[in-house]
Amino acid sequence: MKLQRKSGLRALTVGAVAITGAVVLTGCGSDNNSSGGSSSSSASSTSSSAGATTAASSISCEKGSILSSGSTAQQNAMELWVKNYQQACAGSTINYKASSSGQGVIDFNQGTDAFAGSDSPLAADEITTSKKVCSNGEGIDLPMVGGPIAIGYNLPGVNNLVLDASTLAKIFNGKITTWNDPAIKKLNPGVSLPSTKIQTVHRQDDSGTTDNLTKYLGGAAKADWPYPHAKAWAANGGQAVAQSSGVASLVKQTAGSIGYFELSYASADSIPTVKIATGAASPVEATTANASQGIAQAKVVGTGSDLALDLSAAYTTTAPNAYPIVLVTYEIACDKGNKADTLPLTKSFLNYVSSADGQAQLSGAGYAPLPDAIAAKVRAAVAALA
Amino acid sequence: MTTTAPPSAAPPEKQRTVTRPGDRVFAGLSRGSGILLLVVMAAIAVFLGVRAAHAISGDHGNFLTTFEWNAALTPPKFGVAVLAYGTVVSAVIAMVIAVPIAVGIALFITHYAPRRLGDVIAYVIDLLAAVPSIIYGLWGALFLVPHMHGLNLWMNHYLGWTVIFKMTDPDAPARSLFTVGVLLAIMILPIITNVSREVIRQVPRMHEEAALALGATRWEVIRMSVLPFARSGIISASMLGLGRALGETMAVATVLSASPTISAHLLDSPSGGTFSQNIVAKFGEATDFGRDALIASGLVLFFITLLVNGAARLIIARRKEYSGANA
Repeated sequence: MKLQRKSGLRALTVGAVAITGAVVLTGCGSDNNSSGGSSSSSASSTSSSAGATTAASSISCEKGSILSSGSTAQQNAMELWVKNYQQACAGSTINYKASSSGQGVIDFNQGTDAFAGSDSPLAADEITTSKKVCSNGEGIDLPMVGGPIAIGYNLPGVNNLVLDASTLAKIFNGKITTWNDPAIKKLNPGVSLPSTKIQTVHRQDDSGTTDNLTKYLGGAAKADWPYPHAKAWAANGGQAVAQSSGVASLVKQTAGSIGYFELSYASADSIPTVKIATGAASPVEATTANASQGIAQAKVVGTGSDLALDLSAAYTTTAPNAYPIVLVTYEIACDKGNKADTLPLTKSFLNYVSSADGQAQLSGAGYAPLPDAIAAKVRAAVAALA
Repeated sequence: MTTTAPPSAAPPEKQRTVTRPGDRVFAGLSRGSGILLLVVMAAIAVFLGVRAAHAISGDHGNFLTTFEWNAALTPPKFGVAVLAYGTVVSAVIAMVIAVPIAVGIALFITHYAPRRLGDVIAYVIDLLAAVPSIIYGLWGALFLVPHMHGLNLWMNHYLGWTVIFKMTDPDAPARSLFTVGVLLAIMILPIITNVSREVIRQVPRMHEEAALALGATRWEVIRMSVLPFARSGIISASMLGLGRALGETMAVATVLSASPTISAHLLDSPSGGTFSQNIVAKFGEATDFGRDALIASGLVLFFITLLVNGAARLIIARRKEYSGANA
């Protein structure tokens, strides 16, 4: 056939297409925060390795290798921590595979993971299953990475938009359909709002981000958000896009649109974010520091050494500078009965991660450090792992 | 799915030839391959069946008629109605657009174009097949969707009375089943064009020359001798393309704005979903049970493909003039 005679040229062109494709893909994939994060991390990792012998240091090295997997929401934080830890401790390998929260829990309960990352605490039946893996113990949730969910919008001419929980719920539920709706006008006196239609953008794939946003909407504006919180988007209408990066790029592309994603996507694509009117003296902006203030309102609801958090107090807080739309991701490990060969390194790594030094790394990467009170409890729980 | 009986390969051409060891090895190999294919297909079917049965028995909606897909709910509720509709509709749109164009290109290459130009076009068409589907997805989302908007408004204005081209929200980005259909049409062009071109080349020269000798124009030659001869081959080619359109995943997931609704308005933007798109969207965060549910939806796609292929085989069997084309 023809094809054979031209196979050389064809192969060349296929190669060219592949290379162009790879360039396009990597161009799109190199999102967010690696620049800010890595520079700060390399600086502090040298400081921490230099200070490894002092009492104040957070890294007490262990050797070995552990596997872990789970939430993609904490992927960037995890990469940062793993890099710092491995630089400070020769002979240690920590392999975090960012698959998904669901997969992380499954891996953990099958005994493949030393610890797993998850956007939501273990469900009752998952704890029951975990008892098989943790001899004489069970899986516990250790809050480790917090973060704000930013509400990004694209409204030419408007770069300071304030909304509250109820208008946000009505917008995402299709009850408020134009930007010059009286409810939005009331929250933004003096801003000239266009009469364009609001295009809401949400996740097409099941996502912990959706779960946490709908928890907030249900918690702070129950009357306007009739759906239970879920990883799948429940409201009708609006554009559905895959992945946070997809939501961010569609918001950037479409005038009159509004969507939600982790803060790092907003800063990477320079998308303006909504300030939330919480009832505090002034509307609260989505920043890592404000998110930490929000998480500080949370209550520990886990029993024993389990530190699952109830964020509902954060959703309705009126504390100054407390951003209410927050999510917390957990590390899941056995309280007792961790595998003997992975326990020392797991403890040592989680100890570093929950330390003041480890938490301080987070804000550079768009995450929120845990508030001190909660971080102290996490450290105590990590120290008690057996 | 072209499994027919395991081939009783290489029958002796002359009577009472000596069966050499090579013949026996070859016969064994080809029989083995045939059986292996059947075993693999059976294994897939059993796997799908078992996991699907588990999921469907735990479903609190009607699996075939429920619109939403929420396997994480307690009690779980999911169904394939929207997915089946979206899969079939987007594939039909793709076929309606792609088949005439593909046959046109094939005829142009074989009958109208100067040899060099034909070669170049054939080559460029081949190239389309080598582009990974995620690239089509990116191109679709970043280029096609914004550019479809004007066309959509035009169709809404002039063809809105047909209901299917009516837009409920003309402001929404064009992330609709129709756009997906257009994208799929581009993606399945190379396979249909390629096979059609090869089939059209097989039309005996004598047929065409005879028609020419009777005074037929070039178009009449094509209509009366080429197309009837190549028809079953073109149908086979279309079925190959249809298979790809039914199963396309990443490009659809990138371009379509999925929602648990069935809408007759093809240009509406939050609309429907397809089996593969739903699987890729839900797989990541799915629990064990959720994965079984997705596998059950895969089984339905399996059946749909089976039906389509069966129907195509029936059509081809009725036109046996050209039997070598069921590639």
